[in-house]
Amino acid sequence: MVHARRGGIGRYYDVNGWLFVAPALGLIALFMIYPIVWSLWMSFQSGRGMMMKFAGFANIVRLWNDPVFIKALTNTMTYFVVQVPIMILLALVLASLLNNPRLVGRGLIRTAIFLPCVTSLVAYSVLFKGMFALDGIVNSTLEAIGIISSPIPWLTHPFWAKVLVIIAITWRWTGYNMIFYLAALQNIDRSIYEVARIDGVPAWARFTHITIPLLKPVILFTTVISTIGTLQLFDEVYNLTEGKGGPSNATLTLSLYIYNLTFRYMPSFGYAATVSYVIVILVAMLAFLQFFLARERDR
Amino acid sequence: MRNNPATIASAVFTYGFVGLMAFLSVFPFIWMVLGATNSSIDIIKGRLMPGEALATNIANFFTLVNVPLVFWNSAKVTIFATVLTLAVSSLAGYGFEIFRSRRRENLYRAMLLTLMIPFAALMIPLFIMMGKMGLINTHIAVVLPTIGSAFIVFYFRQSTKAFPSELRDAAKVDGLKEWQIFLYIYVPVMRSTYAAAFIIVFMTAWNNYLWPLIVLQSNETKTITLVISSLASAYYPDYGVVMVGTFLATLPTLTVFFFMQRQFVQGMLGSVK
Repeated sequence: MVHARRGGIGRYYDVNGWLFVAPALGLIALFMIYPIVWSLWMSFQSGRGMMMKFAGFANIVRLWNDPVFIKALTNTMTYFVVQVPIMILLALVLASLLNNPRLVGRGLIRTAIFLPCVTSLVAYSVLFKGMFALDGIVNSTLEAIGIISSPIPWLTHPFWAKVLVIIAITWRWTGYNMIFYLAALQNIDRSIYEVARIDGVPAWARFTHITIPLLKPVILFTTVISTIGTLQLFDEVYNLTEGKGGPSNATLTLSLYIYNLTFRYMPSFGYAATVSYVIVILVAMLAFLQFFLARERDR
Repeated sequence: MRNNPATIASAVFTYGFVGLMAFLSVFPFIWMVLGATNSSIDIIKGRLMPGEALATNIANFFTLVNVPLVFWNSAKVTIFATVLTLAVSSLAGYGFEIFRSRRRENLYRAMLLTLMIPFAALMIPLFIMMGKMGLINTHIAVVLPTIGSAFIVFYFRQSTKAFPSELRDAAKVDGLKEWQIFLYIYVPVMRSTYAAAFIIVFMTAWNNYLWPLIVLQSNETKTITLVISSLASAYYPDYGVVMVGTFLATLPTLTVFFFMQRQFVQGMLGSVK
């Protein structure tokens, strides 16, 4: 062993170990750890642009009295509470239907449902903006079928704008989640389903009593991923609403508000950093809560 | 049993539902392709037939946008981000898995916690940092913060667990140095892991929006994603042009998807087992 000098094999291993991991750890420290600590410090500062001074908890007080922040927080939580369950349930149903090997054309259908994942968030938002225009294809189709009698103001009504954001995100990410469930379902022994079927367990009961419990770890994982994603929502809302989060802040998200505070209005770095820490805390809390709930139900 | 009404009803429901979902998933793509051939007014009115405006739309797109430059910008950012991220992350994933030590194990766990950090909490400090380094409006500023990726390190480490230790032992007997083992043995053996990781990083880099939106402020540096966004947010967007742009911007990821579908799905699944 040429390399092993006085430190012996342990030392030799250690130097090599550090050399291999150093570039990644260095970059993560510089561009993740250092900024996140800095923005914590910044959240206790106030001032315009680069002229900042210590402000204690002034920014946190400002949060409570800022109706735009409250609006952005409510909107973000609405997206999270409404969209994530719908999408996960839809993905689960699709995965269990497509898991049936006798389904004709399931490879093609799977590819089709997964296809939205290849688009960039900007590209699909732009497409959706056009499709959901007032006299666009979606309204005219719904009118032709007879579901609605007058066009829905998707982009200009506070309620429908939120619905549009939820439809758009669901379109983009359902296939992505479905792929996780399909992969997990392949590890489940088919004979469980056969036995349940012969015993006369109806399809819906098989879904709720076999599929969901067995997929719980994957469901938890995808829920955490979707939570983190939803709380950071930016690209879609920015591109559906020309960067405004409109109409009248009805679709504004926390990330978009931080962007506006920093780069659109007079830069207010300290306060924007405080808002960003609201996301940090929400992500941490919700991830913890989801793990906790999953463990509780195990008992 | 096979032909009772309940079975038929459930089959109808299954095919109807799954078929509808597949159609809804693909429809925006069809709409995009048809849209590229129609005039802006026809697109917004929801015309679903191929039109005759394709040449006009392409010509308008090339007049409004410096297409070669914009695609070159996107390609440059994507290539650098992909090559550097794969290199740095595979080195680290290999290092963490092959050379175990308690201190590195703790650092690894701390590193995984950074996966929960939202980008919104990083963008202001990063922006100030780039400003101080004089990197605003450069592609270096776009690429630099994306290279150290905890997720890709994690992905490589998980995959390295399947790397046969006999190969390492044999290489050491042959007198290869550690970096040689990595470069000549590990990299070729782990081709499929690299392929899957390539897809994740490629997609993220090509489609990246928020960070480039912040640091790239001049038209000379903008990437295709930024250009589409600004074309579509015009007061009266020319949807024919937008469709051509969106189509061209989606083409690279779509191509990668169709040629590497298996690795694509593997990459998306990450290393969740």
